[in-house]
Amino acid sequence: MRAAVIQFPGSNCDRDMAVAFDKVSGHNKPTQMVWHKDDHLPEGLDVIGIPGGFSFGDYLRCGAIAARSPIVQSVIEFAKGGGYVIGICNGFQVLTESGLLPGVLMRNSNLKFICKDADLIVKTTDSAFTNRYTKGQKLRMPIAHHDGNYTADADSLKRLKDENRVAFTYAVNPNGSVDDIAGILSENRRVLGMMPHPERLNDPQLGGTDGSGLFESIAEALVSA
Amino acid sequence: MKAKVTVTLKAGVLDPQGEAVRRSLGALGFEGVEAVRQGKVIELDLTETDPAAAEKNVRKMCEKLLANTVIENYSIEIV
Repeated sequence: MRAAVIQFPGSNCDRDMAVAFDKVSGHNKPTQMVWHKDDHLPEGLDVIGIPGGFSFGDYLRCGAIAARSPIVQSVIEFAKGGGYVIGICNGFQVLTESGLLPGVLMRNSNLKFICKDADLIVKTTDSAFTNRYTKGQKLRMPIAHHDGNYTADADSLKRLKDENRVAFTYAVNPNGSVDDIAGILSENRRVLGMMPHPERLNDPQLGGTDGSGLFESIAEALVSA
Repeated sequence: MKAKVTVTLKAGVLDPQGEAVRRSLGALGFEGVEAVRQGKVIELDLTETDPAAAEKNVRKMCEKLLANTVIENYSIEIV
């Protein structure tokens, strides 16, 4: 499995994400870090991670400026060609702003930055990101965001549900997100956006391994593909 | 030539910031404020001298970057 992580000014979960990919990559080629000003991706990639953080200082809207950077145009082409993309936290915001995922992440309903562990429920195992979990499984993952209040128009929401594209929900809604949504999949199920941080709970020394299954799922999907 | 873009939340989109402002106004004793919607104003200095061309261009900017049309409306004033 060959992975890359995109770095924007203000990204701060990029290295955690690279470590998580490296743990499951099955070889010793490290995850490639790609700077936002590069306009093309490395050859032969299987999966791209868009990390958490505060790209471009969250100016204008979270993820808005990053979504228009040259490298994200290449990521969009990669995704449209069937490539796997995962956006976590600010990465999720970049994916909605870029149009790869529907809807938008608004200010948390309590207007506060929320930094705590959240209980999640796995809603589908039918994706390259969740096949190692079981449906209904409860996971505990850190959340750390100011704008995680997911919303979308009624048609998009209906499609997300009808097509089984809600990947994770919150057991207790922390941010006002519609239908407790914490993470969603694209139409071809190869793009995942989620607010919680699996890459931060990927080693017993970090306090748990509930996030490991997600990266193991990707590795398994790519081996069996 | 200057352009002023006003970005507001679409009707029906919950605005927790506006709601917090409304409650605060109530707490300060201002009565009769039924609803508050918070938006933003973006001012642009343009080299374009033709108002119609300027507006056309700013409209493109709004669609591409300045507003997220999933939840926001925008209006353009050329001054």
